[in-house]
Amino acid sequence: MNRPNAYIGSAVDRIEDERLLTGKGTYVGDLNLEHLLHAAILRSPVSHGLIRSIDVSAARALAGVRAVITANEIGDVPIIPIRQHPVPEGERFRQPVIASGKVRYVGEPVAIVVASDPAIAEDALELIVLDIEELPPLADYVTAARNECLLFEEAATNRAATFRARMGDADAAFAQADYTRKERFSVQRHTAFPMETRGLLAEWVDATGHMTLYGVTKVPFFNRRVLAQMLGIEISAVDLIEVDVGGGFGARGEFYPEDFLVPFAARYVNGNVRWIEDRREHLMAMNHAREMYAEMEIACTKEGAVVGIRGRIDIDLGAYARTNGFTTPRNVVQFVSGPYYIPNLAIDAHSFVTSKTPTGTYRGPGRYESSFFCERLLDMAATDLGIDPAAFRLKNLIREEQLPRPLATMMDLDATWQTELDNGAYPIVMQRCLDEFGWQEKIKLQGQLIDGRYHGVAVGNFVEGGAGGRSENASMTIEDDGMVTVAIGSTALGQGLKTVMSQIAADALSLPIERIRLLHGSTTLLTDGVGSFHSRATVMGGSAILLAAEALLDLVRNEVGMRLDVPAANTSFSDGKVEAAGKSFALQDFAGLSVEKTFINTKLTYSYGAHAAYVAVDAATGEVEVLDYVTVEDVGRVINPATLHGQVLGAVVQGLGSTFLEHLQYDENGQLLTGSLADYLLPTATDFPNIRSVSLGLRPCPNNPLGAKGAGEGGLIAVGGVIANAIASALRSLRVQPCDLPLSPPRLWRLIAEARSAEMSR
Amino acid sequence: MTSITPIINGVAVTVEVPDRVTLADTLRDKLRLTGTHVACEHGVCGACTVIVDGLAVRSCLMLAVQADGAAITTVEGLSKNGKLSALQDAFRRHHALQCGFCTSGILTTMHALLLEEPDAGEHRIREVLSGNLCRCTGYIPIVEAVLEARAAYAQAESGA
Ligand code: FES
Ligand code: FES
Repeated sequence: MNRPNAYIGSAVDRIEDERLLTGKGTYVGDLNLEHLLHAAILRSPVSHGLIRSIDVSAARALAGVRAVITANEIGDVPIIPIRQHPVPEGERFRQPVIASGKVRYVGEPVAIVVASDPAIAEDALELIVLDIEELPPLADYVTAARNECLLFEEAATNRAATFRARMGDADAAFAQADYTRKERFSVQRHTAFPMETRGLLAEWVDATGHMTLYGVTKVPFFNRRVLAQMLGIEISAVDLIEVDVGGGFGARGEFYPEDFLVPFAARYVNGNVRWIEDRREHLMAMNHAREMYAEMEIACTKEGAVVGIRGRIDIDLGAYARTNGFTTPRNVVQFVSGPYYIPNLAIDAHSFVTSKTPTGTYRGPGRYESSFFCERLLDMAATDLGIDPAAFRLKNLIREEQLPRPLATMMDLDATWQTELDNGAYPIVMQRCLDEFGWQEKIKLQGQLIDGRYHGVAVGNFVEGGAGGRSENASMTIEDDGMVTVAIGSTALGQGLKTVMSQIAADALSLPIERIRLLHGSTTLLTDGVGSFHSRATVMGGSAILLAAEALLDLVRNEVGMRLDVPAANTSFSDGKVEAAGKSFALQDFAGLSVEKTFINTKLTYSYGAHAAYVAVDAATGEVEVLDYVTVEDVGRVINPATLHGQVLGAVVQGLGSTFLEHLQYDENGQLLTGSLADYLLPTATDFPNIRSVSLGLRPCPNNPLGAKGAGEGGLIAVGGVIANAIASALRSLRVQPCDLPLSPPRLWRLIAEARSAEMSR
Repeated sequence: MTSITPIINGVAVTVEVPDRVTLADTLRDKLRLTGTHVACEHGVCGACTVIVDGLAVRSCLMLAVQADGAAITTVEGLSKNGKLSALQDAFRRHHALQCGFCTSGILTTMHALLLEEPDAGEHRIREVLSGNLCRCTGYIPIVEAVLEARAAYAQAESGA
């Protein structure tokens, strides 16, 4: 029986689940090696200062301590490269793997201790005497922008980079526009917060000079190259192994200081060293995200056509430009127009270094923020012009025949920075969202006071870029037991990758899914690979699998042709049987045949969709209840509706956390005030029960053989703007305009109180 | 060092533990029951939850020495004879997990709840679940899975 597409498109149960449900998952903290030593890291307690001295003698003398390593022991301190979106001026702000001479944020590594037991390693940290001469903190970008005190003297500025996006002639459009409005917005610093903290286990074998590092994910091949270079050994002497991973969301798996320090320590003590981050460390050491301040302006005709958006965004980058520190600044200027036809754009973003934890990406980087700015402006304009906000958006969405359409040009940067929206039926999907949501009925409630709460609705649209990173590898090998081993460079961070990739491989080989043995993420599996980020794993890894499958079947055909002396083309495959010229073979008759293929793609995919929200606001407390939240998106082709649905729901709730709860706060000295889960609030099960999502495969992507588009971030992107608009809609009688996230009850309460007193004095 | 003998997943086990070590670390490092995870070590996230004498307990907040003689169920003790329990099976069918890091603690918490209250409604389930953090799922599929698993607990209780 031939079963085309038997698995793709169906809600196959996850292959991962049985192990994870029975406690048999193996995360890096679960690995056990003989003679395992344990590392702990001393981190700077001050945000900006000069290291006068580090006295490690008492720590070294503690029984059980094997080594205390500072910049001194490392010698030439390596600097971490920028992996994504590097710009020349940004190079000056890269992070050394350990502080030497100067500390620039609370949490910066200063020393690493290796001991026989984790508790002893932590005890030893307390015996290190660190003498730091404090320098003025740069706890916010405004202070940093003054350049009165510099974080990097050599750079002579605290401005790390500027990104500019342009389309048309914004100033001319604004000069002629019927209507303009300017507003200030801000998004607060928060973070991806995977449930598993980071961890690494480095195994150094002196006899062979080989380093194996466990606990990596996301981009193992890149990190291997970096690590080998930093350690001064051959790439082939380094292997990075992916084990189970407890969530990534953009932040996990980048090359952090610890990704050097832990392996270095293992080689230094000639042994096996494990480091598991604790939650307080995690909150001060792992990438933060999203802190920015914007002044944005919209221009429209009086009929409601948006003719331009311009503005300036100031980004608090934190102390260093990390591996993907410029991805958010780039995205936020390029994606302001999202799925809307806005002919004139001029957006600048300036990134400033401050003495706080460095920032990187978090799911929907720059897109969540730019969508917040854009959607808020659209609602304000629609309200001012007296047009229904849904009708206003339908009017301004890019129409299908206008696609493909380039996004704003990234100025002074080469073609690799430019991108265009591929295809899609944006208005159709938005209309579907309105219908699912019941817009016609619910809009009637806007602004009404019902049972003591104001009710409001909003709708917004997003695009989600996917399939970045240019290439991916996949290999396939026929095994003696009739299984096919499939290895991919994509990595698994908890998103069900194994299942989705097995579905694609099984369909491509016409094999039952049980006969696919899927391996991923480790540098031992393939000659090269990339990994999982930028919603790329399914499209890139999946397309690489299709190529590998085609090549493998070709090998089998040739072999059949030779054995039977018939034309290879006449061979057919189904359910693990190979048939030609009336003869039948089992797949294992071809055991040993093996291929590795690379899928190359320079065009990004753009899934897209709409969100709608219905909220009730308690004006007495500032508390908001989300009564209904609906998303509809088109991902080109759905591989597994169940895993996708799960991703979207999870993303929406993360977005609601970003919008209402999560906030990394610092005091004026650059001390992190939110270093535990008691201070940093994540969504819990009682917060947001009412979410619905529909995923469609409406317009397959023209740029890859699967027709799929990257997905999984879209559930988050539009949440900030849509929720803030729904709150503004609820509070329209008070003219409250929420422009600063998060929309916590005290903040909203203050806005309401201010609006009321303004009303009184009017 | 103190010698303790808890009954873990039905088997009495004697271990020597330093006084300052938590039950979580003892389960994970000494007894190699690594299905119990730690994600905060300060009692907020619930990832480390195990069942101690019928109560869902955060093993990162309990010292191992306090567990002497206690009956402890960890995630490894939920499935019998290599077969997923009704609750685990419902989790799988509803895609109530993604990365799985929170899952052990949520399974133990919900198992303890349904043993006591097999008729718990959605509101009650969410209330108890709110003590466990999950970053991946948004909780909705977890609630659906727990609601479905109730029937098996009700049946077990009525002795059917
Ligand atoms: S690890 Fe025990 S509650 Fe978080
Ligand atoms: S499944 Fe990842 S934290 Fe819950």
